[in-house]
Amino acid sequence: MASFWTFVWPLILIVAAIVAIIVPVLIGVAYLTYAERKVMSAMQRRQGPALVGPLGLLQPVADGLKLFGKEMVIPSGANPGVFLFAPFLTFVLSLIAWAVMPFGAHLVLSNINVGILYLYAISSLGVYGTIMAGWASNSRYSFLGGLRSAAQMVSYEVSMGLIMVTVLLCVGSFNLSEIVLAQQTVWFAVPLFPMFVIFFISILAETNRAPFDLPEGEAELVGGFFTEYSCMNFALFMLGEYSNMILMSAIAVVLFLGGWLPPLNFEPFAPFVNLVPGPVWFALKIAFVLFFFIWMRAAFPRYRYDQLMRLGWKIFLPFTLLWVIVTASALEIFGWLPKVVP
Amino acid sequence: MIVESLVFYTFSAILLVSGAMVISARNPVHAVLALVATFFLGAGLFVLLGAEFLAMTLVIVYVGAVAVLFLFVVMMLDISFAELRQGLRRYLPVGGVVGLVLVVELVLVELHWTVLPRVLSKPAAPIPPPDQVSNSHALGHILYTQYFYLFQASGLILLIAMIGAIVLSLRSRAHVRRQSIAEQVGRRTEDAVAVRRVPTGGGV
Repeated sequence: MASFWTFVWPLILIVAAIVAIIVPVLIGVAYLTYAERKVMSAMQRRQGPALVGPLGLLQPVADGLKLFGKEMVIPSGANPGVFLFAPFLTFVLSLIAWAVMPFGAHLVLSNINVGILYLYAISSLGVYGTIMAGWASNSRYSFLGGLRSAAQMVSYEVSMGLIMVTVLLCVGSFNLSEIVLAQQTVWFAVPLFPMFVIFFISILAETNRAPFDLPEGEAELVGGFFTEYSCMNFALFMLGEYSNMILMSAIAVVLFLGGWLPPLNFEPFAPFVNLVPGPVWFALKIAFVLFFFIWMRAAFPRYRYDQLMRLGWKIFLPFTLLWVIVTASALEIFGWLPKVVP
Repeated sequence: MIVESLVFYTFSAILLVSGAMVISARNPVHAVLALVATFFLGAGLFVLLGAEFLAMTLVIVYVGAVAVLFLFVVMMLDISFAELRQGLRRYLPVGGVVGLVLVVELVLVELHWTVLPRVLSKPAAPIPPPDQVSNSHALGHILYTQYFYLFQASGLILLIAMIGAIVLSLRSRAHVRRQSIAEQVGRRTEDAVAVRRVPTGGGV
């Protein structure tokens, strides 16, 4: 049965690798909700969750168990198939993107050549979860939330794509590991700083986070596209949303903050920063970006819808387009274009 | 390899089923969702062929942008399904004739297709081995050298199409209340507020 094992053994290895990626991501999601509540409460001079477990550390577990125990409600006017599929899709899409993420040198599940395009494709699919949920619920609030989110996510994807193009111009490859390795001298956040800022604002809009959380808009839309969801379906949406936040932060880290490369990687500090393994630096940088996500939510009021669209189409799109041309011209004039093997 | 063909047959079977659902689904939103599934599985088939760049572009452009707009429009349309059914019987003869003509044309072309020997003798471009050159590099090399003018021309055509769509849908309406941020920020206290001393019972 040697041939049997030649098929099954790689399969077992791949499944083990998938579990090794997904379990930390899900634990990260659980504690991101905790971190969000703690950080925001600290910014607003409150205590935050403090009762369940030491320092409230078991609060995410308690929340999850509570959601498990709720009754699943499917509205009688809803379209049950699409209604149940939407949260599932959101959750799955937020997890499969991790397949190409480089956690360290050679530490990646699937090192494909078109890694960045894969991430872009998966994030552009994310809009289906919200728009299907909004339509299938057969409720005015949900439908308006779904339409808003579709328009918003499609608009901000355009400038995100152009930002990725500027980074790709400096790297000369779609491969995520090569994008990280191209930042060994300087992280792209330094020469492309305006792009980094716009990318961060775009991923706020892409993940429907405050100040761009109009699809949810409690004040006018009850709960937006997931008004009608309860129980595990609701939990899947929440997991998908927070896992998407971690994913988008990871993309920002890979594109602009040097992925797994340690900071201060020059002479007096280099021996010390290299003691810490790459994946730990990667996680720390993701946590750093996530802190900004939470900070934005605590600091800024929600945008009005026309302001959101104006920012996306009339400011970010022309600016990023101009910056692509500036970057390309600078690379061409100074001869900094990456050497590409034919 | 056996796994590859298994994946291929699974993908193409689901693709054909969802393709059939696009034209047979009663609910137009279900039809668009089936169309999305068809695009996605088509991308899967591209990956199996080794055309990873095309696969990702298909997902980004068709699934991520075009089909979202389809869905957007179809969801907001108020379609009565009974009327659609009635229309089917009326248009069936015309549609059937068009379809038949297309099938006959395809069959005739297939029967009489010949390639000139001088075309066969010089292929368009040498195909580099896929393990040395990645998809995107190979495509870039061909697009920006051999087919540069055609590439630029297709870009121009897309630009014209875009401008055409904007011109067709742009209506200038009177009495639209727009926010002018520069005007708001540029407002000074002196222009907006006047302080007057008003005698009691005198009015302004």
